[in-house]
Amino acid sequence: MCLGVPGQIIDVVESPLRLGRVAFGSTIKEISLACVPDAGPGAWVVVHAGLALDQLDEAEAKYMLECLNALAEGQEQEGA
Amino acid sequence: MRFVEEFRDGRKAQALGEAIRRRVTRPWTLMEVCGGQTHAIVRFGLDELLPKDLTLVHGPGCPVCVTPVAIIDQALAIAARPEVTFCSFGDMLRVPGSAEDLFSVKSRGGDVRVVYSPLDAVALARQLPERQVVFFAVGFETTAPGNALAVAQAADEGLENFSILVSHVRVPPAIEALMASPQCRVDAFLAAGHVCSVMGTEEYHPLAERFRVPIVVTAFEPLDLLQGILMAVTQLEEGRAEVENQYSRLVKAGGNRPAQALIQRVFQVVDRTWRGIGPIPASGFGLRPELATFDAARRFGVQDVGGAESPDCQSGLVLQGLLKPPQCPAFGTLCTPDHPLGATMVSSEGACAAYYRYRRFDPAH
Repeated sequence: MCLGVPGQIIDVVESPLRLGRVAFGSTIKEISLACVPDAGPGAWVVVHAGLALDQLDEAEAKYMLECLNALAEGQEQEGA
Repeated sequence: MRFVEEFRDGRKAQALGEAIRRRVTRPWTLMEVCGGQTHAIVRFGLDELLPKDLTLVHGPGCPVCVTPVAIIDQALAIAARPEVTFCSFGDMLRVPGSAEDLFSVKSRGGDVRVVYSPLDAVALARQLPERQVVFFAVGFETTAPGNALAVAQAADEGLENFSILVSHVRVPPAIEALMASPQCRVDAFLAAGHVCSVMGTEEYHPLAERFRVPIVVTAFEPLDLLQGILMAVTQLEEGRAEVENQYSRLVKAGGNRPAQALIQRVFQVVDRTWRGIGPIPASGFGLRPELATFDAARRFGVQDVGGAESPDCQSGLVLQGLLKPPQCPAFGTLCTPDHPLGATMVSSEGACAAYYRYRRFDPAH
């Protein structure tokens, strides 16, 4: 819950909520981009519970994803 | 060594481990605050790279773990009501209250739903005007902006059938409470990177100064954690006690101002009780009085509901870094992920679950 998940913005609808579609691998979710006002289509963002809170570059996003995936795989493999 | 076998950059990790071993000349105890950091440390075996004089203890940074039994019991009471659609992050459904968990309410026909985001709960309230939609708003400073946005959106739309059960907690007062405790044996903290990306680092300077304790804002990725540990022990060995930012590629000193503005619009700082630890002044967020109509505890009259946690659960000591999970007599016997006594065994960010899932389960303990 404390760790955000990186995703790539597909599009943005300019409004107070600044909703946009964000791709997390093959999963696409509607996310509020209100707290990353400069992030547009193609940008990578870190999302916490439906709200993007940081913009980051692609290399950083992929490193974060790699680590998150390794943590998730560990839980699946060794889960009780 | 798991890190070398399973993850890239094993050589860099070994080099950082060697640098830490060279730097440490006497015993030190470091606490990582964030549950995600705890899981990464145990998953990648980072503590196996450290000298024996350096001890890592696991802090209270798991929001599921520190949500008090009383609030879980309030959630259960609300979720059991026939007119309520109760929405929560998935982590909360198996957390035991004093008698049962949200899954039990769901299995008896309660309308309990896992949602990805509080905005999904607002959308449900819009779609189901005949239902009372309640969102279980837990978490540290990372989930507070999203939960604030949901309330702001509901207020702007005049959605009268939406409310939240709030149990938000803040990291800096928890560090203050830990450091003020006479039992405290923490020499330095690794602060939670993602929390600081929201709130910035300014709140931590008075703590470092007052308690003469180094605080290093650190990411959760394995090499970052080793780098953060190296920065913390370097400060300790040099007699410094400063706030340093290992995660400067994401964390700015001022944090995310739009997110902070959302929090300020909807929440105010309140006292909170932490499961296993007790009351900590000014350690949480609650709804502002002008938004009290969105307070589910008040709407459903459950403010006084609440029981006690299992006397066999020692998660409070675990959350304060005073006990390692395998040292608990119930660990792996009375308490397992299938039959958890406390939330630290349930949550994906809980220290007990991390030890049980990864390599630290020894039934002899």
